[in-house]
Amino acid sequence: MLNLDNILKEAQAAFAGIDNPDELEQAKARYLGKSGVLTEQLKQLGKMLPEERREAGARINQAKGLLEQALKDRREAIQERLLQAQLAQEALDVTLPGRGLGVGGLHPVTRTLQRIEALFRSIGFSIAEGPEIESDFYNFTALNIPENHPARAMHDTFYVDDQHVLRTHTSPVQVHYMQNHQPPLKIIAPGRVYRCDSDVTHTPMFHQVEGLWVDEQVNFAELKGVLADFMQRFFERDDLKVRFRPSFFPFTEPSAEMDIGCVMCGGTGCRVCSHTGWLEVLGCGMVHPNVLGHVNVDSEKYLGFAFGLGVERLAMLRYGVNDLRLFFESDLRFLRQFN
Amino acid sequence: MKFSENWLRAYVNPDLDSDRLAHALTMAGLEVEALETVAPPFDKVVVGEVLSLEKHPDADRLNVCRVNIGAGEPLQIVCGAANVRAGAKVPCALVGAQLPKMAIKQAKVRGVESFGMLCSESELGLADESSGLLLLPPDAMVGQSIREYLGLDDKLYTLKLTPNRSDCLSVAGVAREVAAVTGAGLSLPNAVVVSAAIPERIVVTVDEPTACPRYCGRVLKGLNAAATTPEWMGRRLKRSGLRPISAIVDVTNYVLLELGQPLHAFDLAKIQGGISVRFARSGEQLELLNQQTAALDSDMLVISDTAQILALAGVMGGQASAVSDTTVDIFLESAFFNPDTIAGKARRLTLSTDSSYRFERGVDFAATRAALERATQLLLEICGGAAGEITEVTAELPQRAPIRLLVARVNQVLGIVLGAAQIAALLSRLQFDFSEDGGVFQVTPPSYRFDLAIEADLIEEMARLYGYDNIPALPPRGSLNMLAQSEAARGRDALRAQLIARDYQEVINYSFVDAAWERDIAGNDNPLPLKNPISSQMGVMRSTLLGGLIDNLCFNLNRKQERVRLFETGCCFTRSADGFNQPEKIAGLCYGNAKPEQWGEVVRGVDFYDAKADVEALFWPAVPRFEAALHPALHPGQAAKVSLEGEFIGWIGTLHPKWQQKYELPAAPVLFELEMAVLLRGRVPAFAEISKFQAVRRDIAVVVDEGVSVQALLDGMSEHLPGVVAELALFDVYRGKGIDLGKKSLAFRVLMQDTRQTLTDEEVDAVTAQLAEVLTSRYGAKLRN
Repeated sequence: MLNLDNILKEAQAAFAGIDNPDELEQAKARYLGKSGVLTEQLKQLGKMLPEERREAGARINQAKGLLEQALKDRREAIQERLLQAQLAQEALDVTLPGRGLGVGGLHPVTRTLQRIEALFRSIGFSIAEGPEIESDFYNFTALNIPENHPARAMHDTFYVDDQHVLRTHTSPVQVHYMQNHQPPLKIIAPGRVYRCDSDVTHTPMFHQVEGLWVDEQVNFAELKGVLADFMQRFFERDDLKVRFRPSFFPFTEPSAEMDIGCVMCGGTGCRVCSHTGWLEVLGCGMVHPNVLGHVNVDSEKYLGFAFGLGVERLAMLRYGVNDLRLFFESDLRFLRQFN
Repeated sequence: MKFSENWLRAYVNPDLDSDRLAHALTMAGLEVEALETVAPPFDKVVVGEVLSLEKHPDADRLNVCRVNIGAGEPLQIVCGAANVRAGAKVPCALVGAQLPKMAIKQAKVRGVESFGMLCSESELGLADESSGLLLLPPDAMVGQSIREYLGLDDKLYTLKLTPNRSDCLSVAGVAREVAAVTGAGLSLPNAVVVSAAIPERIVVTVDEPTACPRYCGRVLKGLNAAATTPEWMGRRLKRSGLRPISAIVDVTNYVLLELGQPLHAFDLAKIQGGISVRFARSGEQLELLNQQTAALDSDMLVISDTAQILALAGVMGGQASAVSDTTVDIFLESAFFNPDTIAGKARRLTLSTDSSYRFERGVDFAATRAALERATQLLLEICGGAAGEITEVTAELPQRAPIRLLVARVNQVLGIVLGAAQIAALLSRLQFDFSEDGGVFQVTPPSYRFDLAIEADLIEEMARLYGYDNIPALPPRGSLNMLAQSEAARGRDALRAQLIARDYQEVINYSFVDAAWERDIAGNDNPLPLKNPISSQMGVMRSTLLGGLIDNLCFNLNRKQERVRLFETGCCFTRSADGFNQPEKIAGLCYGNAKPEQWGEVVRGVDFYDAKADVEALFWPAVPRFEAALHPALHPGQAAKVSLEGEFIGWIGTLHPKWQQKYELPAAPVLFELEMAVLLRGRVPAFAEISKFQAVRRDIAVVVDEGVSVQALLDGMSEHLPGVVAELALFDVYRGKGIDLGKKSLAFRVLMQDTRQTLTDEEVDAVTAQLAEVLTSRYGAKLRN
């Protein structure tokens, strides 16, 4: 029985020398298998006296327990080493680029439109639409611009036929909307508009957003409030200066032109603001009673304000674009800058 | 409207410097577009008189002049100008003068002392270039500062007037406005009455009293047409952008600028008989002052004598009756023509004159006669002669009905609190006639204001004078209601986001295109043309977005882009029975590699099926059908009509090789174009019970002729599809080894599921057999195993 310690030592040494799970199992068989060294020892017990047997049995079982523990430890160690080897082998260069499709992007005008829409939606404006080929009535007459009125000369109009034009502004959407909805009304109408004019600062097509709020108690002070708020939120400048100047639009009275402090130079004067410190950004006013009259809205009961802003102009100012024509050249090197 | 500040300040002189005055005008609605100085700063330049000159001893081109500057001894000045001569009066810069481009010092010029410099216009900064000295009139006062003499301490205002403010198309009108805005006193030129000194007069008949409610005219005889326009008048004209022409014309132009009343002088010798104001008859023509021969329409008002048309009323005079240097007698016209009569006529003849510009916006009908008197006075002063009596024909002038103005309404519209007294004060500053009773004003607009007809117009006047800046910017009030949001409607932004996620870049193209694109790309030989296009390349309205995308592709390929994926949303235009169709579409183009060049991916050009997946994704969860069809832009074997539930919704396909060749594209792009309205339809999801039982999958693999479409097989199998089939889809296509040429192997996946029980093998096999039977019996398919 003295050789139990030797067996244990020998087995532990043998296990420690093994790096491979199969070899380890073979080694296990050598000691704990049917004819293993330790099993042979157990078989000897039967030949012993009962007292000896009890003591020897306990010792053998203890040795067996130690051996199994050694085996388990070794098995885990081997597995751990194998796992480490696998992990090392599977390691990636995580700096390699990801695979797959790229991602495209929105046109800067759309991006700007989405921003404008989101801001006006946040105070309850709905979005309205209208046709781009518009009748003379909706584009002019219903907006209090009679034929031969000098204001028509302000619009360089594309004609489709004698009665139809490419809309010169988004204001006709006001008329369509008021014909189909009862006040109170609160809409913006974004879209393409057309003017027969093409040079460095004019493209024959551009985008406007028309706004209209008709209710019993809107007023000019609130018009100023809404538009000042919009410009400050749009440019994300709480201290953006704004001013309103009297102007003329046949469909509003009183009418105003809105300027903002130049966002390029901060008002000190630069090329963009023609050294005035101010940028003209939109036209607005209280809806002219004749316009309300055309769509049978009671102008004694209801007041309205309306505004129209140029989307490209705001996009140019927001992103510092210096040439209007870039918006319509579809140059990917330009467009991708806004992704 | 452009004018000199000194001229304006002669009538109204508010205590504001130029910049502040400009700001006040801008904030009152008379936008100052430009404020320029007449001359750059310089000093110590006086009127000098060249007393004598002699050749410079050492330089042929130089003269040594003795110049009287009105004080002390004459100065010796060396001068190189060719036009210097004894007796000339010229600007003389003294030693110490600081000119725009140089400082004047005492100097030796080739050995001769020079004590100053005689100046040209360019040396004083008055012109970009000039040849020789600026020669002053003989009566210029020697020694006077040249700035003072030429009135150079002046500024030029350019107003960008809105069409409603025709009353400010004159210096007097602007002065009136400045007085109202600033409260400064106003002193306009005194009204004059020139009494008749000669008996001659011309009979005037106004046939069209509505078009010409007032016509005044008088004969002036014995004028010296060659008289010199006075320096002060010429200067004011020039500073308003008008070139002095001759004394008679200059006077009419001057009164136009001063009072805003267009005048016309006819050469009396060219008038036969009386004058009538009538509409042109069809076929009549007039050679205008600018030598253009205008074919007149019957709605054009003319001034005619018994023999011929003399002038196009309110627009331009005729060449035949024009005044010239030899004119001695004239007939001077001052009339009020109705704005509606004049409006649009000049534009129709592609003209714009100072006269038509004012008449079509409205000229003060109460000042017709006063302007004639003023012009008469100036003509007699400058050209001599004598005036006859004024002939005046007046019919019904425009009404200026009183307008009711409620104090409460002013405050309601503007959102401010003004009392009746404040409103009365503002109306007084405007010099409007008004009365007030218990918060209700009755306001009569003046004859020169054509823009005041209703209460809102007066409210704007109150706001202008109160100051738009003084009206607060207030947060809006209103009830807070949420906006309706239809869950079944999809937004354009969501569609855009989907295409962007699939690597498309958005573009925006013009809605008008080259007619050739419409023919090539849309097969549209009858596109919708614009009547007045910018250019022929933008001559017709597009009926498809595809032309623009192909053009964008060419543009970007020329800029070394190799992979181009674009989309656009926008309206397309065609004629319809009762007008125009303007459907909105969404179109895409992909060109180049299917994926960006990258490691670990096989490089492959984008093809039909890549784009088809993009289209299917746009519609998901709806499943559109694709059917081979011909499209003028697309490859006949690689084009499909797309439909959803029987409704046509668009096209997809590869660009036709002939267009690929024509547009010089190295490879053909894949294109699609879909109707936006259909894509915007979505659905509200509805829950269905999830089966507790396992789904069973069986695959059916068949070999069929190449010509048999997958859709046909799916349709055939779907005709009597057993209810347990939850999904039927193609998952593999194989050609090649083991499959005969002209055949293809297709594999379908059949997922079966019952919500009540687990399917037995017998049931599953029966369904599979039923589907296989359809394929073999109807489409000649052979089962593969």
